[in-house]
Amino acid sequence: MKRRVVLAAIGAATVLAMTGPGHAATEIQWWHAMGGKLGEKVVEIADGFNASQSDYKVLPVYKGNYTETMTAAIAAFRARQQPHIVQVFEVGTASMMAAKGAIYPVYSLMADTGEPFDPGSYLASVTGYYTDTDGNMLSMPFNSSTPVLYYNKTAFEKAGVTRVPTTWPEVEAAARKAQAAGYPCGFTTGWQSWVQIENFSAWHNQPTGTRSNGFAGTDTEFTFNSPVHVRHIGQLAEWQKSGIFSYGGRRSDSAPKFYQQECVMYMNSSAAYAGVKANTKDFEFGVSSLPFWPDIDGAPQNTIIGGATLWVLQGHGSGDYKGIARFFSYLSSAEVQADWHQFTGYLPITTAAYELTKSQGFYDKNPGTGIAIKQMTGKAPTKNSKGLRFGNFVQIRDIINEELEAIWSGQKSAQAGLDAAVQRGNVLLRRFESTN
Amino acid sequence: MEKRVVFSGRWVPVLLLAPQVTITLVFFIWPASQALYQSVLLEDAFGLSRKFVWLDNFRILFADPLYLDSFGRTAFFSSVTAALSLGLALVLAVMADRVIKGTALYRTFLIWPYAVAPAVAGVLWFFMFNPSIGTLTYLLRFLGYQWNHYLNGTDAMALIILAASWKQVSYNFLFFLAGLQAIPRSLVEAAAIDGAGPFKRFRTIIFPLLSPTTFFLLVVNIVYAFFDTFGIVHAITSGGPAQATTILVYKVYSDGFIGLDLGGSAAQSVILMAVVIALTVFQFRYIERKVAY
Repeated sequence: MKRRVVLAAIGAATVLAMTGPGHAATEIQWWHAMGGKLGEKVVEIADGFNASQSDYKVLPVYKGNYTETMTAAIAAFRARQQPHIVQVFEVGTASMMAAKGAIYPVYSLMADTGEPFDPGSYLASVTGYYTDTDGNMLSMPFNSSTPVLYYNKTAFEKAGVTRVPTTWPEVEAAARKAQAAGYPCGFTTGWQSWVQIENFSAWHNQPTGTRSNGFAGTDTEFTFNSPVHVRHIGQLAEWQKSGIFSYGGRRSDSAPKFYQQECVMYMNSSAAYAGVKANTKDFEFGVSSLPFWPDIDGAPQNTIIGGATLWVLQGHGSGDYKGIARFFSYLSSAEVQADWHQFTGYLPITTAAYELTKSQGFYDKNPGTGIAIKQMTGKAPTKNSKGLRFGNFVQIRDIINEELEAIWSGQKSAQAGLDAAVQRGNVLLRRFESTN
Repeated sequence: MEKRVVFSGRWVPVLLLAPQVTITLVFFIWPASQALYQSVLLEDAFGLSRKFVWLDNFRILFADPLYLDSFGRTAFFSSVTAALSLGLALVLAVMADRVIKGTALYRTFLIWPYAVAPAVAGVLWFFMFNPSIGTLTYLLRFLGYQWNHYLNGTDAMALIILAASWKQVSYNFLFFLAGLQAIPRSLVEAAAIDGAGPFKRFRTIIFPLLSPTTFFLLVVNIVYAFFDTFGIVHAITSGGPAQATTILVYKVYSDGFIGLDLGGSAAQSVILMAVVIALTVFQFRYIERKVAY
């Protein structure tokens, strides 16, 4: 009896030892731009997938911020060392789409590998940004967010603001009351081009550029110097003088103004939720939808997304692609998505994940977390609010930043600044058109 | 008497020169020629299509008034940065040269900043002067100055000059100190006995004898300010507000590595290279005459 057990044990050990190298899992490189807590979550997702099967091993690699990750992947592609999957932010979409020989569109990846895939199960307002003109999904949505309004509840109570502002005139009124109560500034904004130009346009059903914001072709031109835009930006510049608005830097550099209770309102990504929650121990905060101008027809429409998707790169073996397809199925499953959504504040990318989160009572327990998704899906998107597809948009955003800064500091009028941004942006659009 | 060593035969000198020549070829000539080649191409980011466009990239650059503006800005930034870091380093070196106790400690602390990477130096200054949470901003507010480099171009320029020269002070300090220690004590002492005060001794003896070091550092500092400062600009201002700190090398970096416009970026680096070559030639031709070796 004893002997048998020993023999069996030896047998089992031998089998294990033999299966080890023989069945080495295919490795899949996943380059991403999620640092800190988000990065840990990414590793958790990969570990979850790796534990769920033994044929493939997804290896997440943190490559720096969005621009660094994209640049690294492109450089790697040129050196034929590209990863299988790379996370690219939304403004890089046009560049990725144009690189036809470099990318493996997700819809054909799923079809070629025979992986079950239903594009209809994803949120249209998310995938709309990443589909080609025939409606095919080119990349896999991963982290998408939309701008919302964070406000200081405690300050509102002190200042006697009883209703959370939903329109810009109400924002002004609330800011004035807060200033009267001793707060130096009304509101600030993160990612000014994304929030105050791109999302402003979609939210008011105004075009940011011609040719359906670039979706219909690369021969698009910017239109964000329209009277509606000039009025909005001009008003912000006016408010900058009296501190109703206070500019605090290009990306999320303005966050401390809200955390330190300098400004009582703050417009930024819904994914800033975790950060806001962690940094507002001294006061209570609330989340609401972006304000709009009530006298503009069609406002509010819907807001558009920011964030990133996963692109598959060409040049790997067909076995690898089978693994990527399986990983994408895992990633889109309701459980994984719901968990990611609840942890990060990014939108759930499938309807199933949204329903699951709702049934778990998450939105009731965490007021404000449902705002983003309602704001995005409240109305069917129009050609002005489906998203943006402009080439060279990374650089163009910097141009917009520069011109807005000139407007805030009073060097230029809103009209002159926006005209210059449009004209300089168009030069880069023409350049993109001629390379592709 | 011939002081130079003369090698007989052809191969020994070639062999001795080879490592230096190879390094120059691999790390300077080859990349520079690549930049020249790329500057006449229009290419997509992935390298899937490329088009020969003659001098279009240059034409676009010189038609852009903002690009032309950044020349003046770069000249201002580079000369102030070089002057500030050279001046401060000279003062510190003269002081440190006279210190008797704790020399090693002073020197170590003064050399320390050189080991800090440009981006880290940038972040350091970024936090100290952050308009919302910076400690120095807070102090400045007490003095009645509202520091805001997010909106005020002058503040932003001052900040990157400070950060860039702070980093270079250590390097200059090191060379100045070595230069000072190479000056024979007897000369200085003789002048002192003749009744020359410390300032006069510095002006008529020490500074002229330091001139080879100063000249060398001037060239190095100009090259540093022109080429090596994009990390600092990137970390502190990203070229803003409204282009106020977009110096030439930062635009090369942001167009090439962020915008992925390789042709345009290469054209800019070719122009930058030409500017620095011209400046260096000018320095050797006109300023070096004043140097006493």
